[in-house]
Amino acid sequence: MSPRNSLPTLARDSAWALVALAVLLAIPFLTSSRIVLDFGIRLAAYGLLATSLNFLVGYGGMVSFGHAMFFGGGAYAFALTLQKTGAGIPAALLVALCFSALTGLVVGAVCVRLKEIYFSFLTLAFQMFLHSIILTWTSLTGGDQGLTGGLPRPPVWGLNLAEPVHLYGFAVVLAVACFWLMRALLQSPFGFTLRMVRDNADRARFLGIAVSQVRLTAFVLAACFAGMGGVIMALFVSGAFPDFSYWTMSGEAIFMIMMGGIQVFIGPLVGAAVLLLLNDAISRTTEYHGLALGLVVLLFALGFKRGLMDFLGQLWAGLHKPDPQAQPGQER
Amino acid sequence: MDLAALLDCLGSASCLVTQTSTGLIVGALLFLVAAGLTLIFGVLGVINFAHGSFYMLGAYVALSMYRLSGSFALAVLAAGVGVGVFGLLLERFFMRRVYGADVLLQLLVCYAFILILDDAVKIVWGPNFQSMGMPETFQEPPLLIGGGVVPVFYVYLMAAAALIALVLWAILSKTRIGKIVRAAAHNPSMTSALGLNTSLIYAGVFAFGGMLAGLAGGLAAPVRSMSPGMGFSILIESFIVTVIGGMGSVSGALVGALLIGLIRSFGSIGFPLFVEGTMFFAMAVILIAKPSGLLGKAVR
Repeated sequence: MSPRNSLPTLARDSAWALVALAVLLAIPFLTSSRIVLDFGIRLAAYGLLATSLNFLVGYGGMVSFGHAMFFGGGAYAFALTLQKTGAGIPAALLVALCFSALTGLVVGAVCVRLKEIYFSFLTLAFQMFLHSIILTWTSLTGGDQGLTGGLPRPPVWGLNLAEPVHLYGFAVVLAVACFWLMRALLQSPFGFTLRMVRDNADRARFLGIAVSQVRLTAFVLAACFAGMGGVIMALFVSGAFPDFSYWTMSGEAIFMIMMGGIQVFIGPLVGAAVLLLLNDAISRTTEYHGLALGLVVLLFALGFKRGLMDFLGQLWAGLHKPDPQAQPGQER
Repeated sequence: MDLAALLDCLGSASCLVTQTSTGLIVGALLFLVAAGLTLIFGVLGVINFAHGSFYMLGAYVALSMYRLSGSFALAVLAAGVGVGVFGLLLERFFMRRVYGADVLLQLLVCYAFILILDDAVKIVWGPNFQSMGMPETFQEPPLLIGGGVVPVFYVYLMAAAALIALVLWAILSKTRIGKIVRAAAHNPSMTSALGLNTSLIYAGVFAFGGMLAGLAGGLAAPVRSMSPGMGFSILIESFIVTVIGGMGSVSGALVGALLIGLIRSFGSIGFPLFVEGTMFFAMAVILIAKPSGLLGKAVR
């Protein structure tokens, strides 16, 4: 343990979360620009999608190519509950959470036993299955038009979520809470078991760890957090669209974590921010969004080959070499 | 859910013939795409997520060639050769660099190419649906078999696919090239230690797999409407096929493709809204019963 770990990690992470929350909640008092607030809300949604994916990829070694199914699933479950039942926001949030967990459990139960490449495209296949259900079950989901007609937003805890500032506050609090929880889970004994399973599943098995069970737990947890991202997105766009669970969304999520870095906890969040800015810039300049984004992805994948935060992390580790035992990436 | 209609169909010869022929051509096209995918995976150990885009490219190249020359045979040939060359370039310049790397990087490179190719097709051929129409050679009255209607083109398509399957089998199991390819799949380092250029074998297999997908796209052109993004649905289906048949097994791809083709065509009568579901269901059952697929070897 290096000296900076002397504070209990949980207390330190909680302090960071509170600081981040305070800073983020102060932003609306400094600027009332819709662009800034909208960006914050979108970043909360996509940041959750990317970080929950990294929960699987970076810490669990499970390269899911279908993670957006939980993002889309959460968005639809949340929006449909609000539209069809007239329930309150907390109830709809709970429904979305349960739906994500349940789909995660079913899909995960089939997938987690498979070797990496099988795992990747089976998750992809399940995602396209969900997507095709959304497209064909027109009476419930609105088909390819998406779930339109707006969301009823009953006031919750004194917040009126039709108000951009209130929605921003809600999204930030929900996202920071999720991030804190993910971090706490990853620093818990469960998180370290998950890393061990990633590094050497056989050794973990010999030590008496139920490998599939650990993987499945991680899969369900990641599904829940992605679902929360979907909830924020549904509130932001006042509905839900089939694109949320399309494969391109999973592809973008993978690009986010690759660009931000998978070895540092906030890497995916940084990647999400960069990709959002990049997407906006591309959309402003050209109608061939796929072509431009594809070229950037290609350049990145063949040129850099590692994420921004990983790069900075290695640089930092190179500058401060306190003791020879500390290896870069050890404290993941 | 319409089980009565399905039972009716299974009881009547004409419906049985019609649906079986539809299922067989779906299966034949799927086989060509999946065979390339499974071959590339078997030898290179890489999942080519851009394989569906090869199929799309083949269909569009065939469309242009057909409009230019008026010959369907030439169009299919151009699709196969064109996409094969494209696959070769893709492998030499891009895929080659990520063989040893993380699956994530391979995914990303393919993801980039799917995006780029979809937009490139949009730029060259336009964003709207296009169709080739049935070439004149095949505009003959359909065959009547046991009261069921089978378009003449279907027969040619099945024959062409069967011929390609046969040639593929002959190359892989009867020739020296096939032996080398199987050796490279089995143990690449030993193969290269024996003085064979594995890098060249990889490029050849990738190009060959691309050619198969291009041929499938060309053959499908008269019976499928084309649009940018058409490659992705066939990619998912050929994944399912390779999983069912066993990754890396070409004969498994044949069995899987025919199975999925028949499931699709009969499923569209029995469960019109749940056709995709039946495919996934079949896949899940097989995976749980035999994780390496019907004809696959134990997972490496």
